[in-house]
Amino acid sequence: MPLGDLILGEEDHQRILALLDRLRHDANARIVFLLDRNGQPIASTGDLAGTDLTSLASLAAGNVAATEGLAHLVGEQHFANLYHEGERDSLHLNLVGRRMILVVVFDERSSLGLVRLRVRKTTADLIPVLDDVEKRAMSEATRAPFEAAFADITDKDLDALFAD
Amino acid sequence: MTFINYAAREINCKVVYYGPGLCGKTTNIQFIHQHASPEAKGKLVSLATETDRTLFFDFMPLELGTIRGFKTRFHLYTVPGQVFYDASRRLILKGADGVVFVADSQESRLEANIESLQNMQDALKQHRLDIATIPYVLQLNKRDLPTSLSLDELRSQLCLNGEPVYEAVATTGVGVYDTLKAVARLVLTRLKGR
Repeated sequence: MPLGDLILGEEDHQRILALLDRLRHDANARIVFLLDRNGQPIASTGDLAGTDLTSLASLAAGNVAATEGLAHLVGEQHFANLYHEGERDSLHLNLVGRRMILVVVFDERSSLGLVRLRVRKTTADLIPVLDDVEKRAMSEATRAPFEAAFADITDKDLDALFAD
Repeated sequence: MTFINYAAREINCKVVYYGPGLCGKTTNIQFIHQHASPEAKGKLVSLATETDRTLFFDFMPLELGTIRGFKTRFHLYTVPGQVFYDASRRLILKGADGVVFVADSQESRLEANIESLQNMQDALKQHRLDIATIPYVLQLNKRDLPTSLSLDELRSQLCLNGEPVYEAVATTGVGVYDTLKAVARLVLTRLKGR
């Protein structure tokens, strides 16, 4: 397995979700969403109906990547957070460790100051959890069941994926 | 970077379509989007200029089916082909699990293909990815044009290391799915061969 693959178990997912739920509650946010820097949605909570999370993840990751490119041009490593203010809803994006982005969607029931404050706390709590996930993703105990399940994939299995 | 989500029983992979300007990367994705079943595909996101040239990237999620109880989801991206968008191209390649190089078969675009191919290898190296080991497929597009070079000529100029090669006419869909299947197969085969 190439270095850097991410394997997220049910228990880890629940731990992350609990932190996101708390943030949503404390910040009075509409949606709280964790994604990786490559645009893969990891976990989300809130008023998700009608929100295309997959597109949101890919665009948020692109936004952060482009902003990081800008940061490099002015001699910064990165800008830790981004804020987009809308008429109704606003977006706050914050880097979490090396590979994750925390997105908060909020409306007039909250404020930028409150979101920033609560995001800072959640980011600090998420980092050890994510470090743990990353370490375990590299361990044999996590990989073995997955690799065992996929070791005997046949050409027939792959052909079946494209049957339609 | 493959993301394996046990909670959702999903495998998420990123495939990037690379190539010189106007070679047909976006056309490939548009064709897939137009012809995939509604439940398998997500929204096609295009960050394009007013003249429909890709400015940052195009993106679409595609669900292929289930394997060993895991849903296989592919996130398809294109890069902007124009030379001066180099910084954007490099960003989009980050974390790719598979790459398709879309070459323009026309004689006048041979140099652009070679330059873009080199540019892709340089960008992959920056992300510590190696073209020799990452799942990689070469698509020779625009095979219907009278100005296109022969298959032998293109193979001799653009093939790197025995990668699968597909002829295509992306505007009509010829070779589009064959290319996608080939790269998806390589990405998934890699999961078992680690």
